[in-house]
Amino acid sequence: MTGKPLVSIVSAGLSKFGKMEGLYGRELFAQAAKEAFERCPNLDPPKNVEALFVGHMGESYEHQGHTGATLADWAGILPIPAIRTEAACASSGVALRCGIFAILSGLYDVVMVGGVEKMTHRSTPEVTEFLAMASDFPFEQWHGITFPGLYALMATAHMHKYGTTEEQMAMVAVKNHHNGVLNPKAHMQKEITLEQALSSRVIAWPLKLFDCSLITDGASCLILTKPELAKKFTDTPVHVIGSGHACDTIGLYERQELTTLKAGKLAGQEAYKTAKTDPKDMDVAEVHDCFTIAEIIAYEDLNFCKLGEGGKLAEEGKTQIGGEIPVNTSGGLKSKGHPVGATGTAQAYEIYLQLTDQAEKRQMDDAEIGLSHNVGGSGATATVHIYKRG
Amino acid sequence: MAESRLFTIESFYDFAKEGKLMAAKCNKCGTLLLPPRPVCTTCLSKDFEWIELRIKGKLLTYTVIYVAPPQFESMTPYLVGIVKLEDGPNLPGMIKGVEPEEIKVGMDVKVDFDKSIPSKWPLWPRYFFVPS
Repeated sequence: MTGKPLVSIVSAGLSKFGKMEGLYGRELFAQAAKEAFERCPNLDPPKNVEALFVGHMGESYEHQGHTGATLADWAGILPIPAIRTEAACASSGVALRCGIFAILSGLYDVVMVGGVEKMTHRSTPEVTEFLAMASDFPFEQWHGITFPGLYALMATAHMHKYGTTEEQMAMVAVKNHHNGVLNPKAHMQKEITLEQALSSRVIAWPLKLFDCSLITDGASCLILTKPELAKKFTDTPVHVIGSGHACDTIGLYERQELTTLKAGKLAGQEAYKTAKTDPKDMDVAEVHDCFTIAEIIAYEDLNFCKLGEGGKLAEEGKTQIGGEIPVNTSGGLKSKGHPVGATGTAQAYEIYLQLTDQAEKRQMDDAEIGLSHNVGGSGATATVHIYKRG
Repeated sequence: MAESRLFTIESFYDFAKEGKLMAAKCNKCGTLLLPPRPVCTTCLSKDFEWIELRIKGKLLTYTVIYVAPPQFESMTPYLVGIVKLEDGPNLPGMIKGVEPEEIKVGMDVKVDFDKSIPSKWPLWPRYFFVPS
């Protein structure tokens, strides 16, 4: 018997992910909101939606702060209160958490949560600089340690400790690119081979271009309500039955372990506990594959396999569509793309589609329970949510 | 004479300018804080003294950066790593004086200092690692 629903998702929206030239972040969020509203004809947005929690990582990309109010405006739901959450790449995982709090507090019946980032108009060195802001300034950024660099440090340590290989990491990339081809909203609609992944240019050794997620524009949103009100809005809600959130030191170097993300592990444990579920109950999962090594570490932190066996799990194909625990059916950050502020609720969007039989070509048979795992920075923030078909 | 500088990140870099690797030692529980902090992460004490750390350590992990932010682009490819110092704390930084083909997890390194100060904030020098 799983835990009782905390809140219910009655609709969800996602903009096209990709290089969205000529569009501002707010316009992408308006696209996502439009889809969520159209999917839920029983919802009268300006009347029913009472608050907005929205994840957005950086003002630097668009020279635009004050994102909460801006996005509420462009979603057409003013004058409701809007709150921006920022936790680097976990900004909208945290927004979802805040939306759950808002409903559970009793203050609101219906809230919108979501996220946005517009990145591709910036050069790669600029994006590298902005993303690095999610890491420690005085001891990491100051010494030229980039974001891929931090995950590369984890990858080198994982390879040294457990014998994880560059091939196993590349297999995660091949899988997620395959899944992305099945997702019309994914940024990169392209299969890749193992050889292509292994021979792509080095970004931060051992991580190569195809080990890295994409610099992407996109927005995502969900409509949450009290479980007892869900059927008023839709016949096919998805219940959020578990939620976990933990933090760690911002500096990777200050942690005891370099091969696991303690915050990810703790958030997972809390989510499994609130949902009264075990890892083996998960039918589908979206995990934070900002780099291929991050997906391998996520398998271990979420107990999909034993510590040190994440590379093997990928190699054995157990996380492919049709495998024991399909991971990143959307294509993941690797192929669907990673507009950082939008990622947490974009992961929830994919699980929502899977649990309402709307995932089209990548639809899983009989998926009842799903999980999303969203990490900020090099692991200073992690949120995990567990969902059940309503 | 006891050193009376504030237990701050800026003080750590002021010492680095003088070629010293300094940490805050908690007088109550002995925890070494690098970077120094206002409160001990183990026992919450605010009673510290500065101690100079030994510069030797072992390389825990490393990477070679090929894509860098604008400030570091001219240096690519460059090596960075995390070092476990002999006195206990970990320290990240650049590694110089070794080729990517020769570097190994577990190798002995020591801290050296680039004492030049940039003209923009933060007015800090940089330390780095070299093979020892």
